[in-house]
Amino acid sequence: MDFGFTEDQERFRQEVRSFLEDEIRRGEWEPACDAWIQGFDPEFTKRVAQRGWIGLTWPPEYGGQGRSHVDRLILTEEMLRYGAPAACHWFGDRQVGGAILSFGSEELKKEFLPRIAGGEAYFGLGMSEPGAGSDLASLQTRAVEDGDYYVINGQKTWTSCAYFAHYIDVYARTDPEAPKHRGISEFIVDAGSTGVSRIPMTDITGTEAWSDLFFDNVRVHKKYLIGEKNRGFYQVLHQLDYERSGMERIMGNYPLFEAIVQYCRESKLSRDPVIRSKLARLQVEFEVGRLLGYRVTSVMEEGRTPNWESAMSKAYSTEFEKRLANVAMEILGLYGQLMPESRLVPLRGMAPHSYLGSKGYSLQAGTTEILKNIVALRGLGLPGS
Amino acid sequence: MKLKLSEEQEMLRIAARDFLADKCPRAFIKQMEESETGYSREMWQEMVELGWMGLAFPEKYGGGDMGFLDLALLLEEMGRACLPGPFFSTVVLGGLPILDMGSEEQKERYLPAAIRGEKIFSLALTEPGHRNHEPAAITTEATPEGDGYIINGTKLFVPDAHIADYLLCVARTKPADEVAVFMVNARGPQIDCRLLTTLGGDKQCEVVLDGVSVSKADLLGRPGQLAAVQRIVERAAVAKCCEMVGNIQRVLEMTVSYAKERKQFDRPIGSFQAIQHYCVDMATDVDGARLSTYRAAWMLSKGLPCTGEVATAKAWMGEASQRIMDLAHQIHGAIGVTMEHDLHFYSRRAKAAELAYGDADVYREMVAQEMGL
Repeated sequence: MDFGFTEDQERFRQEVRSFLEDEIRRGEWEPACDAWIQGFDPEFTKRVAQRGWIGLTWPPEYGGQGRSHVDRLILTEEMLRYGAPAACHWFGDRQVGGAILSFGSEELKKEFLPRIAGGEAYFGLGMSEPGAGSDLASLQTRAVEDGDYYVINGQKTWTSCAYFAHYIDVYARTDPEAPKHRGISEFIVDAGSTGVSRIPMTDITGTEAWSDLFFDNVRVHKKYLIGEKNRGFYQVLHQLDYERSGMERIMGNYPLFEAIVQYCRESKLSRDPVIRSKLARLQVEFEVGRLLGYRVTSVMEEGRTPNWESAMSKAYSTEFEKRLANVAMEILGLYGQLMPESRLVPLRGMAPHSYLGSKGYSLQAGTTEILKNIVALRGLGLPGS
Repeated sequence: MKLKLSEEQEMLRIAARDFLADKCPRAFIKQMEESETGYSREMWQEMVELGWMGLAFPEKYGGGDMGFLDLALLLEEMGRACLPGPFFSTVVLGGLPILDMGSEEQKERYLPAAIRGEKIFSLALTEPGHRNHEPAAITTEATPEGDGYIINGTKLFVPDAHIADYLLCVARTKPADEVAVFMVNARGPQIDCRLLTTLGGDKQCEVVLDGVSVSKADLLGRPGQLAAVQRIVERAAVAKCCEMVGNIQRVLEMTVSYAKERKQFDRPIGSFQAIQHYCVDMATDVDGARLSTYRAAWMLSKGLPCTGEVATAKAWMGEASQRIMDLAHQIHGAIGVTMEHDLHFYSRRAKAAELAYGDADVYREMVAQEMGL
């Protein structure tokens, strides 16, 4: 058992920090909450790619560095600590690349992985539909074979990053007769294909966070089927394990956490025992979330796919993020309601942004309830209902 | 970073679990709670033979030369089994502080005796009027006389003092007003020891030191030991968390298996989402407690500064164990609040452990200080 990092790992952390601090110093971007999912900066992504930091764990023949999951943990922790605008590459790096690596053909690996790692191909996710949320297996988007092609028709929703995405990882029904889990396949769809249209959706923070995507007779060559036909649901479960595995769930609002602590130190509010206790409680809870996240990385490092471990970590961490936002608002008092563009706004308005944004954290990538079901059934072996 | 146990550690854990499953059944725990001494000499001797007392001590004193992390595993198993007796007092509150603070002569005098199971040790720290362990607030006085000191004061919540051979007594030297730790013969005539009746069923005592005479050679280190005493408390807090990891893990397992077996409405109650989510909340609290406790234990074993990590572990454990016990009792239903069932052994001990060596409030304040607040 070892909770420490090696010298090489500590050096790597320092390298990432220096890079990010230098970026901030040069005024390339400002640290922001949610920047991993809402900070679109193609130039930044390019600079990260030049350092070999996208697809860090992938094999070198596909543009990766063959580095450990611990290195990727360090990299993402630092990106999140500094609130870096990593949204362009986050999805490809975190999960779609891994899905292609695990299930895709050699041809797909060669076509996509080096471009994701090079910061040239961004991915959005085409999973949820208006009628398929937590019950993802009930999705209705159809893909019908037509010669060398599949023809896709249907609607996807809640797709993050769709405005920037070059490709959408689409799950569609290929066998309507089969039981619902056994008739779904996974495709890479070029977002610029004829028949793909997009309607943006504004989230509660006022950000254009998602899109509805419409597929109207979209023709996709068969080589863009990932993995086996009709095995898509099993592949998406695997992908979701990775979607939930990272530190963005506990650190997505780290800039706010750091700022509110500093605010209390400087304003002497920290002398108030009630405020001390609130912040210390958050710190303890944050540390526990970090460790649950580290455990996920440790599972990956053992060569296993984290399953209930990432569900537990994600469920815990998104609840933490809600408490963080609430505590920050409590401490700021009436000033907490001032929006970023207002006069007198403290902490650049991060607190109300997080308060609003955090309501969605425990919904995306599996609601807390679905995640608890996973832990109950697969982690604790409780009987299905 | 590698959060799995090594093979040797797994073996130690399995051996300990098997031994305790055999030797520490429910009837034994109950008998020990009701007995005057609170432990069995025979079992104590068997633990000596397994090398448990010496596990974390250097070979030259007869120890097993293993680290605090290995001791942590053993404590976890003891907590899992609700093992009664003075192991914690002798090793964590006695032996390890002597190893840290004692002269070579003192180590040679006391450690082999502890490791061979011949002498029992404990720590006399807390005093009346204090809700928590507060080393800085010690008022027990050590007044110089001749070549030594005379100690006067009352100590409370001293575990196993009634069977101890030696107490590490924390006192304030006069007139210098420095915190010092003395090795005191617990069976001396000027010591009055009375058992308290506690929720956890363990043996804690009120110890009155009425003119106890000690020599300078009985001082552990020199006066001015406040930081060292705080380190003792810090380590004891982690050790108590280790016991509690075993406790809450066992409670989770008992609860999950009860939820699988117990049927209502023609189905196991564990198939209901309300119960499932309770169980997951418990498991999350348990895993958070294990990870934060083992991180602190790992850092202690490496000799790294870890005040923040210790405080995190104990602050989390304090409240997590409350939540765990509440849910465990809720899921067990009425059988869990009877003496027929084992759960009370765990929930009584959990509360005692929460109070020991500082509760969540105490450690949150420590976390606040570490945050620079």
